[in-house]
Formats: sequence, structure tokens, C-alpha cells
Amino acid sequence: MPEKVILDEEDIRRALTRIAHEIVERNHGCDGIIFVGMHTRGVPLARRIAAYIKEFERAEVPVGILDIGLYRDDLPSLGLQPFLRPTSIPTDVVGKRIILVDDVLYTGRSIRAAMDALIDFGRPQSIQLVVLIDRGHRELPIRADYVGKNMPTAIYEEVVVRLKEIDGRDEVAIIRGEGQ
Amino acid sequence: MRTTKQRETEPSLEVATWRRRHILDLDDFAREEIELVLETTDAMKEVLSREIKKVPTLRGKTLVTMFYEPSTRTRVSFEQAAKSLSADIINLSASGSSVEKGESLIDTARTLQALGADAIVMRHYHAGAPYLIAQHIEVNVINGGDGCHAHPTQGLLDLYTIREHLGTVEGVRMVIIGDITHSRVARSNIWGLSKMGAQVVLSAPPTLLPVGLDASAFPPIAVEQNLDRALEGADVIMPLRLQLERQKQGLLPSIREYIQRYQLDAKRLAKAKPGALVLHPGPMNEGVEITPEVAQGAQSVIEEQVTNGVAVRMALLYLLMGGAQ
Amino acid sequence: MRQLLIVGGRIIDPSQGIDMVGDLFIAEGSIARVGRNKEATPSEPCPVLHAKGMVVCPGFIDLHSHLREPGFEEKETIATGTLAAARGGFTTVCCMPNTQPPIDSEAAVEFIQSKADAEGAVRVLPIGCITKGRRGEEMVEMGELAEAGVIALSDDGNPVRDSRLMRYALEYSRLFDLFIIDHCEDTSLSEGGMMNEGWVSTRLGLKGIPAAAEDTMVARDIALAELTGGRVHIAHVSTAGSVDLIRRAKDKGIAVTAEVTPHHLTMTDERVMGYGWENKKASPLPLSCYDTNAKVNPPLRTERDLQALVEALKEGVIDAIATDHAPHTDVDKMCEFDLAAFGISGLETALATVFALVHRGEIDLMTLLSKLTFEPAKILRKSEMGTLKVGAAGDVTIFDLDAEWIVDPSAFASKGKNTPLAGCLLKGKVMATIYGGDISYRDDAMKLETARREVKSKT
Repeated sequence: MPEKVILDEEDIRRALTRIAHEIVERNHGCDGIIFVGMHTRGVPLARRIAAYIKEFERAEVPVGILDIGLYRDDLPSLGLQPFLRPTSIPTDVVGKRIILVDDVLYTGRSIRAAMDALIDFGRPQSIQLVVLIDRGHRELPIRADYVGKNMPTAIYEEVVVRLKEIDGRDEVAIIRGEGQ
Repeated sequence: MRTTKQRETEPSLEVATWRRRHILDLDDFAREEIELVLETTDAMKEVLSREIKKVPTLRGKTLVTMFYEPSTRTRVSFEQAAKSLSADIINLSASGSSVEKGESLIDTARTLQALGADAIVMRHYHAGAPYLIAQHIEVNVINGGDGCHAHPTQGLLDLYTIREHLGTVEGVRMVIIGDITHSRVARSNIWGLSKMGAQVVLSAPPTLLPVGLDASAFPPIAVEQNLDRALEGADVIMPLRLQLERQKQGLLPSIREYIQRYQLDAKRLAKAKPGALVLHPGPMNEGVEITPEVAQGAQSVIEEQVTNGVAVRMALLYLLMGGAQ
Repeated sequence: MRQLLIVGGRIIDPSQGIDMVGDLFIAEGSIARVGRNKEATPSEPCPVLHAKGMVVCPGFIDLHSHLREPGFEEKETIATGTLAAARGGFTTVCCMPNTQPPIDSEAAVEFIQSKADAEGAVRVLPIGCITKGRRGEEMVEMGELAEAGVIALSDDGNPVRDSRLMRYALEYSRLFDLFIIDHCEDTSLSEGGMMNEGWVSTRLGLKGIPAAAEDTMVARDIALAELTGGRVHIAHVSTAGSVDLIRRAKDKGIAVTAEVTPHHLTMTDERVMGYGWENKKASPLPLSCYDTNAKVNPPLRTERDLQALVEALKEGVIDAIATDHAPHTDVDKMCEFDLAAFGISGLETALATVFALVHRGEIDLMTLLSKLTFEPAKILRKSEMGTLKVGAAGDVTIFDLDAEWIVDPSAFASKGKNTPLAGCLLKGKVMATIYGGDISYRDDAMKLETARREVKSKT
């Protein structure tokens, strides 16, 4: 299927570095913040942002990982359940500002599930959202606080994020699906 | 078993293709299925480690337990598992129910299905009961123990416990001691462990060993009637509960002699590999098949079996009922 | 009336060693003429059955059937049971006395006889109890029962546990020339058992009945028969061990006879796993396992036992085939295996079941038919039955050796639909059953021609 690369390795690096600075700026530093990366690609993204912050702020921000398989409401297929992966939040979330990280923001349902999960861990002070790509078509009133790139898409298109840690290279591509 | 799907509505999502309707025994589980259960159990154990041990996954689903044979621990374990997944649970026991009024097993199961049960967990005195109702209803049936035949959820939690401590079940030597003839736990463990590459050794007096274990219908099983010899090189030891009625039924001359030859005490435990695990399906007859010293000792993982039991049952309920039906 | 002409069939009579194509004429309820080529021409118009391509033989005799009446009419009645017998080709049924009340008195025997006369489709010969009330404690009044018309004594359903009682019963029975049918089961070994003790029962977690439970009692009965000179008949033999004992007893000239059921000749304990299950290495249980239709006492045993039974039948170590027809209601069978009643409803499938042995070449047709006709008649000491000699009872069975049909229990005449053969394709079908010259059963495909004056039978 025809694929068009929208962001390359350099574009991604610049976006993430910019987001890292924005986070520190808006939160007036790094105290009391935790990153939580959503499986699968939100996790390496969260780690990279934390690594950038460590470079320029000399501060260690904890990074947790979250699997939302137990909170989903949107699997229409018969008899299929998401394969569950480990969830691990390294510190207490009570009173903290959680920075949730995901690769693509689309309908917003995954984020809703993630917020339900996080609140089950305890009452955070706030939850902020980082996404690499916002492709529109929200079905719930969810918005990202930090966006790498806004990419309006058609429903039949697919956005594919590839990261070195998982896919061997960094790029974001759009795939034209069947139909118009 | 695991496929990566690219779908229009979501980015790549790994789904587990679990096509199973019932959990009746471990004899029809593929190795990959058992792996999937154990990995899903990891996720469930994490939920149980949280402050709020609850997730909304099975909200709106109803689990009914039919326990014709009384059991506190297994029933409560399923109850915990269901509640942790936000499922509703209804507990039925044999006394005071339609069962006593003579309603047939099949009719009772059908009625429960009509009342909205999504899955039924059944424990029964008579082997084959869950197979009987599974032939007549559409909802999921989980065997919580049927007569002397099978107890698959126990087999899975034993596997999980062994894997947790030894890292793997492959190549493990497990010795099961005692009343094999009447033990559904022993049978399910034989199936589960063999599928995962472990070696099972049975040690018991001849009157407590059933015939035909060498038939090709079974996976390869070793039998060693001398317990001291059986324990050499053992990685895992499971003494089975000895019902005191067995002596009255004439299968043993005395409990005393059973203790002399088959009790797992510290001295015998030392004959196994260092760090060998001690499991027990419970409830224990401390002082008979196992000494209190060993039951509470450093090598005993009996309490963890109980915690793992809830996590394993959560995993099974999730895999059976979690998808949209 | 009671006349019938059967033309063009393959007439097989094991009692005379006859196997020929010809005609058979029954007059006044007895065999009048048997012969080829218009030898059997009636003198007046009479019904005619065309039996071309079919076998015509003496009506089958079942030494062991449970008709359940009086007391268990929900499972079967004499009316429905004899209808089932007729559909199975049986013209004589010996009914077991484990009814409620049991057949241990003259009045009880008369009840059976009058019911059979009024409602029976075939001949019913009552078997009386050995002990009062079948309680295994005191002998019945054998003389009274003999005069009332019982043809044998049995406590079937139960063994005779007390050896001394069995000894006295065998001795006393010699006064009346009655034989004793024993259900050989040592209940201290079989107690709580639900199926054969073997790898299948271990696999299923069910308590087993060891073969030794039967062998020990067979040995006992043979020793007592030798001691007393009484006649003992071993009911439903199921083990290789029993076969060896009976063989040696017969070699010694002891008066022991034996019967085997169609199901023990053709099915093993693996049948409990469900129809069509194949034993592959460490295969999982199918959903259809714990099949209560395969639950029977004595239980279905191993392949080795089955082979020994077939050999014994061929050799004559086992004298007869008897169905042990045991009808039960759905409620009795559609439940947990441990709780299900023991028994198979076998009258309507018996013939086709044992024909499998003929079709496979394991036994020849003449020998097989003798086990259903001549041999049982010999045990009953009724020379006018089980034969097509002139003057014998007008009991004839006509069957198609090769007709294929699917077993549909809902179509059974028997109230008992409990058979492990439901849905199976069987080969061999009863086409007509004639009892005393009257047609008790006729298949739709079998045409009955009435009133023919002269018969030209086409050969």
C-alpha cells in the first residue's frame, strides 16, 4: 500500500526536544512530575523526553509504563482480548502531576482508559498529555497539552509511527487505505 | 496465537486469539495457551499489588458459582477474582437450593443461563459433571473440580507458582506424593506439567495408585513407591492431602504407617535438591502428609499458591469473558 | 387362520443344518411344510410374504430381557417390550423377575402370563426369583414357581452373595429340572464402581469394576455346579477370565451354560469416551465423554476381553446370545455418570449389532443364528422352539442381511431410548417377525399379499 513519510528522524528529534522544554517551562521545573508512557510506543517516547530533560535540567524524572488492556471499551471483534503487558508505576501518584505520553492521539478512547487506570492508582494532582501526532477525529472531549505535529487525516488513512527502539528506525508515515 | 493487527480505528494492537469456550481440564490446552494464561496472570498480579485492587474490565458480566461439593478456598478465590475485575458474582451451594429439591443438573444450568449468567464455575462430587452441562448450555463453563477427574485452575496456579520461583517449568522434576487415585489435582498437574516440559514422578503406596497409568492415553509418568528415592533430584514436591477415611476404607493399615513411609518432613525434604519448592493444594492435614515445620518453612510456597490462585483465576475470567461476545 | 406362506427366501435352520432357497408354510400356528419349488402349496387362500433376497430362520429366543412390568412401567411394559422384541426379530423373550413386586410367587407369575397373553406381541417366558423378594436370604418355593410356569430362576440385577444359599438352591433345583441364572458379581470388589476398571476409568476419574469381580463368582458357581449336579447358566459373560473358567468347566463335563450380549461382543470401555472417539497418544477428552449410554453392568471391558468373547462364541464355550435388554427413562440417564442407571436398551439393535461379526468374517451366519435360536432352545429344553422342523412352533424371523439403516431411538417401540448406537449406521435389518403363524412385526418394505390360492414361486 502506498506510504508517505511525513516526519523523519530529525523532525522527530526536534519535536521531542521542543516538547521537553515546553514541559519544564509550563510546570516551572521538574518537581512533582512523573512520566507515564502508554504501551507500546508511548514508552520509548516518554523515556526519550525524560532523557532530554536530564540533559538540560540535570533532573531525573521517573518514568512509568501503563498498559490499558484492562480498561478498554472498544474491542468489537468476537472473542479477542488485548494481550496484556506489564504496568509499572515506580512511585506513588498521589498529589503528583502525571505526564501521560502516547504516540498518536485519534479517537481519544485510549486516553480516557488511561486516565481511569491512573486514577485507580491514587488521586494525582493533575494529568497532562503528550502526543507525537494528533490526527484529529476525536470521539470524546480529550485534548493534548503537548503535540509534536498536528496531522489532519481522512478516516481511511492510517498513521504509522516507527521508533528505533521497536521498529529499528524513526519515522512517521501515512498509509492510504482502501476506498476513496 | 498472537497477531499484530493494523486496524483503521487504532494503531497496531496485539490481540490474543483465545478461542476457547470452556476450561474443563488441562489435557486440551496447547502449550501456547498455557503460556498466554501465565503471562496474563503477571498483569493480574500487578493489579493485586495496587492500593485499589480493582479494574473495570468485566463490568456488567455475571459469574455464577455452582459448588455442589463444598469448598471455601476455591469459591472465595473465584469470588475475589471476579470482584477484582468488577464482575458480578452469585454463589450457589448445594444445600438449600433447587438441587436438593431434585432439579436435574442440566435444568439448573439452563435456568442459570436464562437468568443471565455469562459464565459458570462448577465444582461437583461426580466426575464429568461440567462436561455434561457444557453439552447443554452456551455460556462458558469453568471446572472448579469434578470428582477425582480434574482441577484445571489449580494446575495452572501450581504452574505459575513454580515458574515464578524457578524461572521456568521446562526440565523441572516434580514429585507428587500420596493419594493419587482420588486426586484431581494430581491428574491436572500431570497434564499441565507435561505440556510445559516438566517431568512428573508419583510416589504412593500401591493401594493409592490407580491402574493403567502406563497407557499411551497418558503423558509419560514415572512411578517410584519408595519416597526417599523419588525425592532425589526433585525440584518441586507436592504432598497430597490424605483423607483419614482412606484408612477406614481399608486402603491403608494405619495413618501411622503412612506417616512413617510417606510424610514429608524436614529430613526427607533435605533429600531433594537444595531450594526445592514445597507446594500443597490445600487444605492441609498438618502432621499427616506434611509436618508443620515444612509447611511453614522457608521452602514452602503454599501461601503464595493462594495469592497466585486469585491472579490465575482473574486471568482465566479475563481471557474467557473479556472480549465482546 | 394362523396360516402364512413365506416364499422365495433363503431358509437357514441351524438345528437341521439347512441352508437353501425355498418356501415355508405355517398352518394352525405350527411349521407345516418347508421345501423348494412349489412343494409348500397351501390348500386354501392364505397370506403370503415374499422373502426373495432375505433370510428366513427360526424366530430368535432371548434368554435375558427386562420388561419392567409390574412396578416400573415408565421404563417399559410387557406390551411395549414385546413389540420391541418383535422389531428385533425375537419371538420368545424370557423376562427377568427384578420387577416390583418381584416374581417370587405363583400370583406374580400369573400376572406376567395374563399380561403377556392379553398384550404381548410375542411369547413371554417368565423367570422366577431364586430367593424370596430377591433379598438373597431364603429360597423361593421352587415347586410353586415351576408349576406356575417359570422356565428358570434368577436374582438378576443382584448376584447370589451367599455361597451356601447358592449351593442349596442348585441342589434343590434338581427336583424341578430348573436351571439357575446367576449375575456373577462380587459386590465387595465392585462396590461403587461405575465402569470397567482400567486406564479409561483412571483417565476419567471414575471408580472401576475389576474383571476379577466377575471371575471370582463364575469360579464359585462352577465349583458349586460341580458339587451339586445342578445346572447353572452364567448371565452376560464379559471377561476373558470367565471364558477360560467356563471352557475348562465344560471340558470337565460340568453342567454350566453361558450367554453374552451383543454389546459385549462389539464395544469396549473406550465407548464411554463418546461415539467416534479415537485413542491417540495423550489425546484430550472430547466434550461427549462420560457417555451414560455406555454405562452397563457388567461393564464394557477391554479389547482383549472382547476378542475372547467372540472366540468363545465361535467355539461354543458361550452357548447363546442374549440381549440383557434394560430400558430406562431419560431422567435415569441424562445426568452425572455416577448417578446414571446401568443398562442398554438392546432388543431392536441386537441383530444388526452381531451381524457386524458376520460382515467382518469373524463368524459364519449359520453359527451366529444358532446362538439365537437352537442353542437357547436347548438351554430351555424346549425342542419345539428354535427350529423349523415340521410341527415346531410357527415362530419365524425374516431379515435382510445387507440392508443398511440408521439407529433412531425415538423410533423404537421400546420406551427405553438408552442406546450407545444412536445415529449409527448398521447393516442387517429385521423385515418380519412371525409368532405362532401371526405376523407380530412387518417392515414397511415387506409386502404382505393376502389370499392367494395357488402359488407359483419364482426361483
